[in-house]
This record gives sequence, C-alpha cells and structure tokens, in this order.
Amino acid sequence: MRDSGKTIMAALAAGMLALAGCGGGGDSGGTGSGPGGMPVPKVDKLTALGAGEGAVNVVSWAGYVEDGSTDKSVDWVTPFEKETGCQVNNKVAATSDEMVTLMKTGDYDVVSASGDASLRLIYGGDVAPVNTDLVANYKDIFDGLKNKTWNSVDGVAYGVPHGRGANLLMYRTDTVKPAPTSWGAVFDPNSPYRGKITAYDSPIYIADAALYLMKTQPDLGIKNPYALDDKQFQASVDLLKEQNKMIGEYWSDYTKEVQAFKSGNSVIGTSWQVIANLTKADKTPVEAILPSEGATGWSDTWMISSKAKHPNCGYLWMNHIVSPKANAQVAEWFGEAPANKLSCGETTDKNHCTTFHAEDESYFDQVWYWTTPLARCVDGRTDVTCKDYSAWTQAWTTIKG
Amino acid sequence: MSYLHRHPRLRLAALLSAPLLWLVVAYLGALTVLLVSAFWTVNGFTGGVVREFSLANFRTLLTEEVYRAVTLRSLGVAAAVTAICVVLAVPMAFFMAKVASARSRHWLVIAILTPLWASYLVKAYAWRILLANGGPIDTLLGGPGNGPGYGLFATILVLAYLWLPYMILPIYAGLERLPDSLLEASADLGARAGRTLRAVVLPILIPSIFAGSIFTFSLSLGDYIAVQIVGGKTQLIGNLVYANIGAANNLPFAAAIATIPVVIMVIYLVAVRRSGALEEL
Repeated sequence: MRDSGKTIMAALAAGMLALAGCGGGGDSGGTGSGPGGMPVPKVDKLTALGAGEGAVNVVSWAGYVEDGSTDKSVDWVTPFEKETGCQVNNKVAATSDEMVTLMKTGDYDVVSASGDASLRLIYGGDVAPVNTDLVANYKDIFDGLKNKTWNSVDGVAYGVPHGRGANLLMYRTDTVKPAPTSWGAVFDPNSPYRGKITAYDSPIYIADAALYLMKTQPDLGIKNPYALDDKQFQASVDLLKEQNKMIGEYWSDYTKEVQAFKSGNSVIGTSWQVIANLTKADKTPVEAILPSEGATGWSDTWMISSKAKHPNCGYLWMNHIVSPKANAQVAEWFGEAPANKLSCGETTDKNHCTTFHAEDESYFDQVWYWTTPLARCVDGRTDVTCKDYSAWTQAWTTIKG
Repeated sequence: MSYLHRHPRLRLAALLSAPLLWLVVAYLGALTVLLVSAFWTVNGFTGGVVREFSLANFRTLLTEEVYRAVTLRSLGVAAAVTAICVVLAVPMAFFMAKVASARSRHWLVIAILTPLWASYLVKAYAWRILLANGGPIDTLLGGPGNGPGYGLFATILVLAYLWLPYMILPIYAGLERLPDSLLEASADLGARAGRTLRAVVLPILIPSIFAGSIFTFSLSLGDYIAVQIVGGKTQLIGNLVYANIGAANNLPFAAAIATIPVVIMVIYLVAVRRSGALEEL
C-alpha cells in the first residue's frame, strides 16, 4: 500500500501533463482588418482542382448529409460518391461549439458552419478561403447570401452558402386575437397570454430582445443585435428578465415546441418555419409571421479546413451540396430556404421556395443572422467593448433565474 | 498459468490492474481534472482554455445571486424527491419483504425493475404528455388548466417517479435481512405493532433509507433532462452545467458549477456515514 500512493500521484501527474499538452488558447491581439481590428491568419486558398483523393471527411448538422440510412428516399450522398469516387465520412455535430472543436483537430475537410461559429473558425485559422471559381454552382447562389460578414472577411469568401431561415413569431390563431404583427406581443408585460409564452432556450435569444429594443428604443443606439455594449446589453437582459415572468417554458428542441403548441401549453412565441409546418401538419391552427421589427435568423456555410487532407474531394463536395438537385433535397428534408436559385425548380413540393421565402430578398433583408458576439464589437465600433458570448451565456442563466 | 501460480503477487497485480487503472485514471483522474480545470478560464473569442490559476469562476458563483438561488432550488428538489420516494418506498418494500408470498415477491421485484428497462427519455416525454394542457392529468382534475402543468412541481413528480426503484430496492434488501423471528419475538414479548416498528424495524430500516436517499438525492442533483422536458422555465444545477458546456463551450466554468453537487454530496455522505448507510449500498 505504501507504493500505491506514489502510483496514484504518478498517474494523476501523467493525466495532467496529457491535458496540459493538448489544445491551446492563443491570444487574439493585434490590429488587423477584421471586425474590431482582429487580424486574419494568412491561409492560402486552393488554386486549381485536382483529382479526388478517394474520401472526404465532413462535419455537419443532422439532416445535411443523408446517404439513405435514415430514410431510403433521402439520399444525396450515394450519387456523389458514385460520380466522384470520394467516399463521404460524415460526423454529425450537435452544437456550433462542437463543430469548432472538431475542426481544430484537423481530421476533417469540410464543415457546415452556422454564423455563430464561422468567424471563430476563420480567425482561429481553422478554415481556408474558398476559391469560388472552382465551385461551378457558386454562380447560381443567391446574392443575398454571398460575401456576408459571417462567411467572408475583406471581400474574401470563406465558404459556400448552404441555406437560411428566420426565427419567426408563431401563434395559435384560435386563441391569439387579434393576430400579432410585432415582437411586442411576447414582451408586453400586460400580455393576456401570460404563462403561455415561449422563447428559444439559448443565450443567442438575447439578440431577439436587442432587435426589439433597436426598433422600439432608438436612443439606446443599438445598430446590430450581436454587438451590445454594457448599457445596451443590460437593457436587453432587463427586458428578458421581465419577459421571464410571463414565459411558460423555453424550448430548444422542436418536437417539444410542436407538442406545446398542440396542447396549448404555449400559444405564442419564437419558432422556425419548419416547426410551423410540422405543427400545422398536426392539425393545430398556428401561423408564423415575420414581425414588423424583422427577426433574427440563421445561415449556414460550407467551409473547408485549412489542414484538409482531401481538399479536392472537399471542393467536389461543396460543389455537390449546393447543386440545384442536392440543395433542393436538403432544403426539403431539413426545412429551410435553399441557397441555390435553381433549386426552387427541383423541389418535389413546388411551393417549397415560396413557403420558406427563398427568393424573397426583401424578406431576408429584415433578418439578422446569428453571429458570434465578440468583445470587439461586430458592428465595427472601437470606442466601446462589447459583451462576448460567454458573458451572454452567464446572463442567460441570470435571466432564467 | 503455472508461472502465475507460483507468483501470487504478480497474480494479484494482474487481477487488480484493470480496476485500479480504471479507478485511478478514469475515475479519480477525471475528478481531479474537473477540480483543476475549475480554476481555469476561457478566452472569450477563440474559445480556447486559458490554463492559468484564477478564482474568477468561484467568485462569480459566490457573488451572483442566481447561482445561490439555483443551488437552493436544486437542494429543495432533491430533498422533496427523496421524501416522496421514502414515503412511497417504505410500505411498498415492507409489503414485498414481509407480507407477499415468496412467489409473488419475485414478480414484485421484477415489476419494480421494469421501468428501469425503458429509456429515461421515453418516460420523461410520456410524463410531458400526461401533464400537458388538457392531458390525462388535467382531465382527472376536472378540465384543462387544473393540473400542475410544467414547472417545479412537475419536475419533482417526474424525478420521484424516475428514481423510485433506487429507493425501493435498498429498503427491500434491508428488510429482507430482518428475520421474521425477530418480529415474532417482539410480539411474544408483548410489544405492539408500533413498538415493534420503532424498536426492531426502524434501526434496520434507517440505514437502508439513507442508502436509497444517496441515490435519489445525487441523481436529482445532477439531472437536467427531466427538468428540460417538464420543468417549464425551471433551471437546476444540471442545466447550468449543460448550458455552459453545450452552448458557451466554457468548460472551466461548468467545472466550477459541477463542484457544487460534489461538495453537497460529500457533506451528505459524511453526515449519513454515521448511520451505517454506506454499508447498505
């Protein structure tokens, strides 16, 4: 037994060393040209497309890479593999953070990053600029999705847009009268629907409050709901704390929300178009609108790793996933607006693009896509410090009480 | 094999190396990493862990009102769940161990175990439907909106349902070891049922109850899924840990939060150790 103490210590020390050795923080100082003066790591883009390497390792959201194993009729991977000889190895990530972590390993070639992860990947040097000339289908992608703040830096494209959606205001048409037109319906402290209001359970929901304040309290000077200084942040948090008293429950997975609206536990709150469709399919009278203030939303981008071992197959994959046919299949399976203009002619439901407002740029002009809040304000202000995402998370805890 | 036979120390080492490795590396090692990383912080932008000693996480935990409130709420839920489980489990276990015939006892144990075979998620979602507006429970209580709905009460109810077998089984095991002859002797010596219960059954029962309570208490303290499903807007310690890992990628702060239930359970274990509960586990 005398030795076992030493053994334990040795094992612990070994464990600690192993832990200290992996990963790494890294500073982000300096004065670059990125948002708030962040420098962008220099990574070269691919100059010419070569032959496929026989495989491609993908990190994606559930439902984005289907090879028929979930549902026999849903398969846009097998045709790609047959055509290019690139075997697709897919890894589904549950959260944006998991995506970032996986991409840091360098084991993956491409990723379907959302706007709240893409900047971290770009500035972390984990993804390379995309040579859009090598992606034949890039030209057919909606202009409203190209070269945006979350998928490009200084006009350099870092990815191929995949699809988008807005966070809508959904309500039961049989109970909520008159029909709401403003987010005020979920923030009004005298709401008759007290206790039956729902909201998205994520720190990023703070942006929804900021968006509302941006329109209703212009003197706060909010220009971008993801760039909030102390005062603006506090105002948003206070608004959400008031709202918390009226919330019945917060939702994070969509089955839960469909069921809550069906039973009437929730009658009004944030939602996605796909949830509205599913709820309607359940014969529940609901409607989802884009309120007068606009809305937050999400837009995903396929990005290629700076350490890709299969860059050619990676490019072939990016080109395939936004091809009219494949993009239409993903959009219908997942429930989102496709990125490719030509996809709208390929959907089995001819109304798909209308339902999801795919071609309606004026609709998406009112949408603030999810973006990672950074200490260096993403709206470009340099005279103040903004609240970063970990501050948002801690505030979200406080809001929920 | 004969080589091993001649070297008993080597034999012992071979036998114990796997569990020891597990205990030291996977179990204690993970716990140590948890404690150590609680003193680290996260770089707000890159999400990378900054490996420098800092008390910032614990300062936040101690100064922010919300963490105290959530801790107290979690403790309350764990205590309530444990109390409900004890009230339901004691008569049930007594019936199983002392009243039911040997044959039906067998089936009762299986019946207690069956819920454990079904997925936790399915059970929690089933309760979500039971408790829904206009659902079965509402109807039983006389119409939509009369039931408890989603919230703290629903959380306690569902957790008590989920952990009940973990309370029944140790109490049943304890009572089964109590010889019937002791009860008969007590009766022969003129003790009434109440006296027998107090003087004979309870001393055996209490360590078993504490043993069961360790399960119900610690499982409730760590739970976050049932709360998410039926808790409405309630948040417990588990939700805070989940939010900080899943959404914010702030492992150090999540680790700091996770030390709260560890500390509570250590205090609890030290407190119940004297009752002999640990021998009943």
